Amino acid sequence: MTDSTIIRFDKVTLQYDGDDAVLSDVSFEIEHGKFYTLLGPSGCGKTTILRLIAGFIQPTQGDIYLSGRRINDVPANKRQVNTVFQDYALFPHLNVYENVAFGLRIKKMKQAAIDAKVKEALRFVNLTGYENREIREMSGGQRQRVAIARAIVNEPEVLLLDEPLSALDLKLRTEMQVELRELQRRLGITFIFVTHDQEEALAMSDEIFVLNQGRIEQSGTPTDIYDEPINRFVADFIGESNILPAVMVRDYLVEFAGREFECVDGGFHPGENVEIVIRPEDLEITAPGEGKLKIRVDSLLFRGVHYEIVGSDEDGNRWLVHSTRKAKVGDEIGLDFEPEAIHIMRFGESEEDFDKRIEEFTEVGDED
Amino acid sequence: MKTNSRNLYLIPYAAWIALFVVAPIVLIVYYSFRDIEGNWSLSNYAHFFTPVYMRMTLSSFWYALLITLFSLLVAYPTAYLLTKAKHKQLWLLLIILPSWVNLLLKAYAFIGLFGTYGFANAFLESVGLGRQQILFTDFSFVFVSVYIFIPFMLLPIFNSLEELNPTLIQAARDLGASPWTTFRRVVFPLTIDGVKSGCQAVFIPALSLFMITRLIAGNRVITLGTAIEQHFLVTQDWGMGATIAVFLVIVMAVIMAVTGRRRRGARG
Repeated sequence: MTDSTIIRFDKVTLQYDGDDAVLSDVSFEIEHGKFYTLLGPSGCGKTTILRLIAGFIQPTQGDIYLSGRRINDVPANKRQVNTVFQDYALFPHLNVYENVAFGLRIKKMKQAAIDAKVKEALRFVNLTGYENREIREMSGGQRQRVAIARAIVNEPEVLLLDEPLSALDLKLRTEMQVELRELQRRLGITFIFVTHDQEEALAMSDEIFVLNQGRIEQSGTPTDIYDEPINRFVADFIGESNILPAVMVRDYLVEFAGREFECVDGGFHPGENVEIVIRPEDLEITAPGEGKLKIRVDSLLFRGVHYEIVGSDEDGNRWLVHSTRKAKVGDEIGLDFEPEAIHIMRFGESEEDFDKRIEEFTEVGDED
Repeated sequence: MKTNSRNLYLIPYAAWIALFVVAPIVLIVYYSFRDIEGNWSLSNYAHFFTPVYMRMTLSSFWYALLITLFSLLVAYPTAYLLTKAKHKQLWLLLIILPSWVNLLLKAYAFIGLFGTYGFANAFLESVGLGRQQILFTDFSFVFVSVYIFIPFMLLPIFNSLEELNPTLIQAARDLGASPWTTFRRVVFPLTIDGVKSGCQAVFIPALSLFMITRLIAGNRVITLGTAIEQHFLVTQDWGMGATIAVFLVIVMAVIMAVTGRRRRGARG
């Protein structure tokens, strides 16, 4: 635990009578001033973690610390955190000004101070001049901003965001991603953002926690998680990928699709069964016969920025390729890739062991 | 063609309104301008604005107000607990069930309970307080009326609480509000429409209660409802009875207009 740790979960379990655990034995630390994302499919427990931090529910076991103080029994209204809800939860009987001022009025702040703070918060979210609007007169994107202003005006140490962009259309969502990231930098406080959208997570976060079935599968920077997924679930959930069974011949040499390939991972037993991941954008199309693999093109989709090509090799393995080069359905093409493009995943490896092995054996500097 | 068939469907509705809403009101207004001899006159109205009737009006309003207030005080927390309960539909049914029983039967049941040798006095005696006069008091009148009106107050409040988005309560707590502040600044303002409908549903009938005034209050409380009944059935002065009825109709219209005017807040 470092000085900059602001939230700490210590073996937190949440379980309702007779049901499977919603969260099981979750431990993590969250540092001050960073943008965190809890990422996972629905029902993985990501919103539960947020609600535990906010204080709407209490853990069955384990402890939660905020700024070094155990807060298991502290009610939601006494915690220095604020939430932006998925449906915004703006008060329909109050206008924009009164919604934003809600928290300040409860603190019995002077009217002049409230005025100044509300104006500033609205300026922060680009809503200057909307003070007297009713909530029902605001669009989805504007409500979103009011919800953010209402939370940040209280100067929380941690801002919790529960899938706040899910109700917006694609263009607005992309805009808000940039704005939220920008806002977090300007405020310098910790954001904990919950989403099931991996692109959103990769684009915005300093650190991502990938969750599945009430457990943290992997945590790390977006590049760590994208380039070095710990297992099939993470690889599959974060971006598209080719995942194949393989055998480690020895360290730095792996066999799959009937051939041996050089790779950059080590620390395995010779002959160990593993899985390999190759990202579709790391595969390069070459003339048939050249390159490391030969596949027959089964389908071709134009995706705008690239073509999405699905093909199969002689062993029947399916290959997904993203390329700016076009191919014809039914043609044979060659595929080339660098040794660094192969990422090897051990079965059932813990995050701790995984990190240790990566640190010890990866020779190419892939941290940027 | 299309509008024709639509108008056809409107006939039963229009006939109903004409026969059972418009016609009775017209008749009441007509009778209110006839004196006991059957001549056109304003004497009924002149008579109505005398101290006797004014006092009666005042006490009607006072008791209706008390009944509404106590119903609200009982019904709101009950409705709130109900929305949190596990089998809320069952509990709701149990609370509404007594309103299916005839009013007279319930009144007689209370005579039995509150009577000199009734259950309530037996209980008071066993705890050492001795027998009390319970029946024929203001207390018993208000108590029984509140009991009868509670379902009418409870239902609209229950519905508005059910409609309330629970995330709003979490949002208020998140922003630092204590449970009481959350109730005062979020829950109550957002369920005020239910409270208003409940108050309308209780206050207006409570103004013209008559059966209970005689059976439970022993005619010690004389409300406008009792006066109307007496004029039509006992003194046969239909004109005076109709005048009081006209007054009540006007008061009800005013109450509905005042409490119903506020626009509804859009839901978040």
